[in-house]
Amino acid sequence: MADIISPIPGVFYRCPGPGKDPFVQVGDTVAVGQTVGIVEIMKQFTEVQSDVAGVVASFAVEDAGMVNPGDVLVTVTEA
Amino acid sequence: MGIEITSPGLSTTVQDRGRTGHYNVGIPQGGSMDQYSAELANMLVGNTGTEAVLECTYMGPAFAVDEPTTLAVTGAPVGVLVNGEERGQWRRLELAAGDSVSFGVIAGGTRFYVAVRGGIDVPEVLGSRSTYVIGAIGGFQGRALKAGDRLPVGRPAAALPSGDSIPEDLRPDFAREQRIRVLMGLYDHRLTEGGRANLLGEAWTLSPVADRMGLRYNGPGVAWKPREQPFGAGSDPSNIVDAGYAVGSIQIPGGTQPIVLHRDAVSGGGYAMVGTVISADMDLLARAAPGTVTHFDEVTMEQALAARAEAPARLEAARAALHG
Repeated sequence: MADIISPIPGVFYRCPGPGKDPFVQVGDTVAVGQTVGIVEIMKQFTEVQSDVAGVVASFAVEDAGMVNPGDVLVTVTEA
Repeated sequence: MGIEITSPGLSTTVQDRGRTGHYNVGIPQGGSMDQYSAELANMLVGNTGTEAVLECTYMGPAFAVDEPTTLAVTGAPVGVLVNGEERGQWRRLELAAGDSVSFGVIAGGTRFYVAVRGGIDVPEVLGSRSTYVIGAIGGFQGRALKAGDRLPVGRPAAALPSGDSIPEDLRPDFAREQRIRVLMGLYDHRLTEGGRANLLGEAWTLSPVADRMGLRYNGPGVAWKPREQPFGAGSDPSNIVDAGYAVGSIQIPGGTQPIVLHRDAVSGGGYAMVGTVISADMDLLARAAPGTVTHFDEVTMEQALAARAEAPARLEAARAALHG
């Protein structure tokens, strides 16, 4: 299992925009460098990428939830 | 001699002590948000204090130096990596030509500062090297840094201190709870008794809407005394006829979320300023991360002036410790 953390504080979003599909869902396969969500702070949207290849096991933060630097966003079961 | 930015971080800008003297024409003072941390960074590398530093926000940059460089990192707690190896904050670091610097995930606070011996040597604009991003003036081309930027480094103007680290008791706190001192006025008479009690008695939480212009807080809100709005004021009871804003002014648009104006804020507008954060606590505000629980404590003008007079003593203690 690998934890993907947020490097910054802000609001975590699972979708690239309102009404759009989530970047990834639980059970999806992710590749290294694939975007799993975005964190908004200071009117900037920073993509968070997976640093491992595997399958999305769970989300630790709800969509639109507040996160702090170092918080786990997504857990990935490594392939 | 220079610094090449390989990754800019979230918002990294060149800052110094600020651009004072032009507020009357709408140019804010700007400068390092956490002046104390920036001063200590300059002190560590033997700068005079007027040199420009890099202010890094939440997520730091990565850069390489093309000559031997003396560097120090202060401010929000963060890992300082030189060629991938942890080297630490609040101390002077000697880099070799070609060394690369990057940062870990911040463990608290909001901004950290990178000083290099000689300072970041961008041209002065209206007497300062500070970046005012909204006005697109100062700093490096009037903007936050981008990958590929090459920052010139100036010549050292003073000798290195004998000490090479700041004692722990002189480093600022980056706590998740803050007490911020406030001088009430000019428009606090517009608040109801309950509204005033909420502002000064309740806890407020810093929202993610916080930057160099201002910090917005969530909390119980306030109520305003009813009145017929005067000619020239907006229709909301938090509106006034336009007036000048002091640095540190607290406005509460709609009565819901207080906004404390910080160093890059506008110089005037039409929201009632119910109070002003005292100058001695502006650095403290600059260290607040989203989620910080904040209490606004009312002080008198005498207490505010006494706090301002005391503030340089800590800086002098740090100087004495380094040169001791």
